[in-house]
Amino acid sequence: MKDYSYDSRKYIISGAIIIVLLIYVARLYNLQIDSNDYKTKADSNAFYKKTIYPARGLMYDRNGKLIVYNKPSYDITFVPREIKAVDTLELCNTLGITVEDFNSRMERVRNKRYNPGYSTYTEQEFMTQLTGEEFAKFQEKLFRFPGFYVRKRSIREYNYEVAGVLLGDIGEVSQKTIDKEPYYKRGDYIGTQGIEASYEKILRGKKGTEVLLRDARGRIQGKYQGENLDTAAVRGKNLTLSIDIDLQELGERLMQGKIGSIVAIEPATGEILCMVSAPSYDPALLTGRQRGKNHSELSKDKSKPLLNRAIMGTYPPGSTFKTSQAAVFLQEGIVNEKTSFPCHGAFVFNKFRLGCHDHSTPIALAPAIATSCNAYFCWGLHKMFSSDKYNGTKDAMNRWRDHMVAMGFGYKLGVDLPGEVRGMIPNADFYTRHYGNYWRALTVISISIGQGEVTLTPLQIANLGATIANRGTYITPHIVKSIEGDTIDKEYTTHKKTLVDAEVYEKVIKGMRMAVTDGTCYAANIPGWEVCGKTGTAQNKGKDHSAFMGFAPMKDPKIAIAVYVENGGFGATYGVPIGSLLMELYLNGKLSEESEKKAKAIQEKAIYYGKDER
Amino acid sequence: MEKTKGNILGRIDWITLFLYLLLAVMGWLAICGASHSYIETNFLEFFDQSDRSGKQALWMGISLVAGSILLCIHRETYRNLSGLAYIAGLALCILTIFIAKDIKGSHSWISIGSFSIQPAEFMKFATALMLATFIGQREFNMSNNNDFIKCVAIIMLPMIIIVAQNETGSALVYLSLFLVLYREGMTGIFLLMAISAVAYFVIGIKFGETMFEQLPIATGPYWVTILIQTFALAMVKFWCKNDKTFLTMFIVNIAGTLCSYWIAIYLIEFNIIITQYLLLVFNVIYLLLRTRLNKEGKNLWVAIYIVCSIIFYNSCDYVMHNILEPHQKVRIEVLLGLKDDLSGAGYNVHQSKIAIGSGGMTGKGFLNGTQTKLKYVPEQDTDFIFCTIGEEQGFLGATFILTLFVVFILRLIVLAERQNDRFGRTYGYALASIFFFHFAINIGMVIGIMPVIGIPLPFFSYGGSSFLGFSILLFSFLRIDADREYARR
Repeated sequence: MKDYSYDSRKYIISGAIIIVLLIYVARLYNLQIDSNDYKTKADSNAFYKKTIYPARGLMYDRNGKLIVYNKPSYDITFVPREIKAVDTLELCNTLGITVEDFNSRMERVRNKRYNPGYSTYTEQEFMTQLTGEEFAKFQEKLFRFPGFYVRKRSIREYNYEVAGVLLGDIGEVSQKTIDKEPYYKRGDYIGTQGIEASYEKILRGKKGTEVLLRDARGRIQGKYQGENLDTAAVRGKNLTLSIDIDLQELGERLMQGKIGSIVAIEPATGEILCMVSAPSYDPALLTGRQRGKNHSELSKDKSKPLLNRAIMGTYPPGSTFKTSQAAVFLQEGIVNEKTSFPCHGAFVFNKFRLGCHDHSTPIALAPAIATSCNAYFCWGLHKMFSSDKYNGTKDAMNRWRDHMVAMGFGYKLGVDLPGEVRGMIPNADFYTRHYGNYWRALTVISISIGQGEVTLTPLQIANLGATIANRGTYITPHIVKSIEGDTIDKEYTTHKKTLVDAEVYEKVIKGMRMAVTDGTCYAANIPGWEVCGKTGTAQNKGKDHSAFMGFAPMKDPKIAIAVYVENGGFGATYGVPIGSLLMELYLNGKLSEESEKKAKAIQEKAIYYGKDER
Repeated sequence: MEKTKGNILGRIDWITLFLYLLLAVMGWLAICGASHSYIETNFLEFFDQSDRSGKQALWMGISLVAGSILLCIHRETYRNLSGLAYIAGLALCILTIFIAKDIKGSHSWISIGSFSIQPAEFMKFATALMLATFIGQREFNMSNNNDFIKCVAIIMLPMIIIVAQNETGSALVYLSLFLVLYREGMTGIFLLMAISAVAYFVIGIKFGETMFEQLPIATGPYWVTILIQTFALAMVKFWCKNDKTFLTMFIVNIAGTLCSYWIAIYLIEFNIIITQYLLLVFNVIYLLLRTRLNKEGKNLWVAIYIVCSIIFYNSCDYVMHNILEPHQKVRIEVLLGLKDDLSGAGYNVHQSKIAIGSGGMTGKGFLNGTQTKLKYVPEQDTDFIFCTIGEEQGFLGATFILTLFVVFILRLIVLAERQNDRFGRTYGYALASIFFFHFAINIGMVIGIMPVIGIPLPFFSYGGSSFLGFSILLFSFLRIDADREYARR
């Protein structure tokens, strides 16, 4: 007899089983189809993306001499999970560190605040930038330290001890940058100053990845065999700088013990031949493990060696500025070549008096430039500002301002280096804000001799020289001559024109040539070359700044130069001889014996700057 | 009575046997997938005895031989030997506690030469057989308390011994045999109580701190009140079979719940859990009134059920938040998936979900799973074998395996239902229940919706004892089913 009681319960039980099946299938759907999350997690579990660092681009000087290259450095890393029974003491001895140091490093790695990417499965940085020797010592014993690995990186190496601030340096990328640019990962290097910073994207190349399989214990199990997910690293592009490294070396030599700057430009191309900012430092100081220490020392130094004065320092251009004034006055028809002004040791107008020095009077344009007569340019500006040509003083002032801006003053020139400043060219509104409507030419007269409110960077002064040498055009000065397999920015091949005609510049050049043949720049003479120049002695709170701006040869100029020595006194004291020596080296390829002696003498002369911060 | 009628091969259920072989082959392939690394072209390596897939193949062979022998034993012999098997099994399990080596705290393995066996796996067979024999007695009556208690004792005795072996997971399997008792007439109230207790606890704690819609109340307690209402209504409808009481309660509860919800969301914010409790109080009072006025005795039990539910849930909540130590609380929260404990038990489940989830629709292909190959999932060829299937065969493959399993279990139920006596039916249901419990708990654990209880997936998880044990259960039943015509009438 079959027992049929409770027969319906078979449906309840079967139903329950089917419901469980449905719930499980729904859950599988949710896990496998609905959510992509698990796929990503699985990939990050199993695929270890090993970064392949490309070689950073090299830098050559304009003559193909290698300046900056890479040398291998070694980072020691460890995978926390794999460390077993490591003899800490022996590890410390091998690496030359103390046990306390070891512990503090470990603690730092484990601290999520310093190291947000901490994981016991992945490589963590223990010590970075070991030299080849240190690495060799460690490598020998590596098998005794399971869980520790060596990662090869490259750091910068320099063939010359110069141009530190120009070349810049590389350092570990900051968290702020990582947040902004996801290309960078913790521990990557990035150019932080100079060319390394401004050409970072070209120099760095492109990181590659190699996809490896990693098991649950973090051990690499070989390459992933599936679809090829690897990407090759692309080497950074090499740069050829416009710098002539010999010129740079001489410049830095001559500026020893002084504060100031030298900028030399090839007028035809706008290429910067040398850019010295004194005091300078050896770029090698900012590589390797000593970088942090040296960097903080340099940044604490009162004379600010990390400041590139050539583009970040603004100075009154002093008499070098008179050349630009002469060009404006001629172009505007305020004066002509023959116009003469009286000067009896000073510019005197009513009760106003601005001192000058001893020379013949009355004086015409060319000799005024040659002897650097203050009065001539004061008269010129006065005449311009009271000319009927303009709709009042303000209009004249703004016309003047337009000329200055067209010459590259008052705004950043746009050099391919970070941190350039714009200097100062006042306009009418500027004075109206200060003096109300009652200012006249006399109020602002000192701008005509490169004093007062006018300030320029040494680069802008050098560019003035280049513009005159080019008879009224210039190409934005730049430091990179060419990029391997690439072209430089169009900005650096485009000619810019001032508002002054070429024949006007010829007249200015005549004065500058006269300054060298029998004027203030007599010492700038280089046998065999027609040198043009203009001294500058800029007044300031302390001793006068010594400046020189010039170019050579007069016809088809090869080099334009600006020298600025803070508190160096007369332009002729430091500016002229330094400028002349550099031009000689560049034009002749070497210094004469006599010049070499002169160079040595200047090199040894130091200026005392006191203990104040500069 | 004839001893045989036709060849035994003509009478066994080939469908079940086919399903069994299919599951076994798939399980073996999954073990190959889980224990072999990437590029292996030589198929013979799967049979290498130093590998788990090779060992499993050997065990499968042994099981088939054992199964063939079991097919030769007559139904009545099983029945006659059940008592002996049960007592011998109990003795062996007790002996195991003392002679077994300590493996991760459990004393459940006996080593014979190079093989180890787990007596608890065979105890399921003995217990199922004993239970079937006991219930199959002509004079057995489930509503007789004496008989019922004996049933419970048959189930609980091995369970207690296995708990003593520190194999809680295996011990819990015996609970599934209560499903057999339910089929044979045990009141469903026990099952309902067990299910509702688990539901209150899990839902109440899991959603204890989730905000309900935009109201300032927690989702957990709110849903628990709804669950209590639902269960109570279901009891009135299906157990008391009192349509009038049901209709009144149904209308009041639905209207009350919806109105308070609507008012709270769209008019004035207030704590709708309070109105839910008021509804429960109404239900209790109404049921008590009905009991008193209409002499509907079963209503009283429903009222008691509601009160007990409320007390149970609130005491759970109290225990959870005020009595348990923080680490105990964390363990429960991990179990419920509230916290990711990636270093402990949560690690397995987390990695297992990753492995399965990464399989996608069609999977990564046989031997191509990265997660399982690289050993991200611990115990991936034993308890967590299903994630290899999920990863390598994807949603389609995994769903196919799950469905196949359920078809197998349902086939067992069909066979059980076609038995002419309670002995055969009970034994069939015991099998179905055991397989179902293993299936539900193991898969549920691997896909992260059940707590981590270490029990194997039948025919899939690596392990000789478990494969042999499940085969013994199945083959003995195949013979019992084949001989169903000879059942004592």
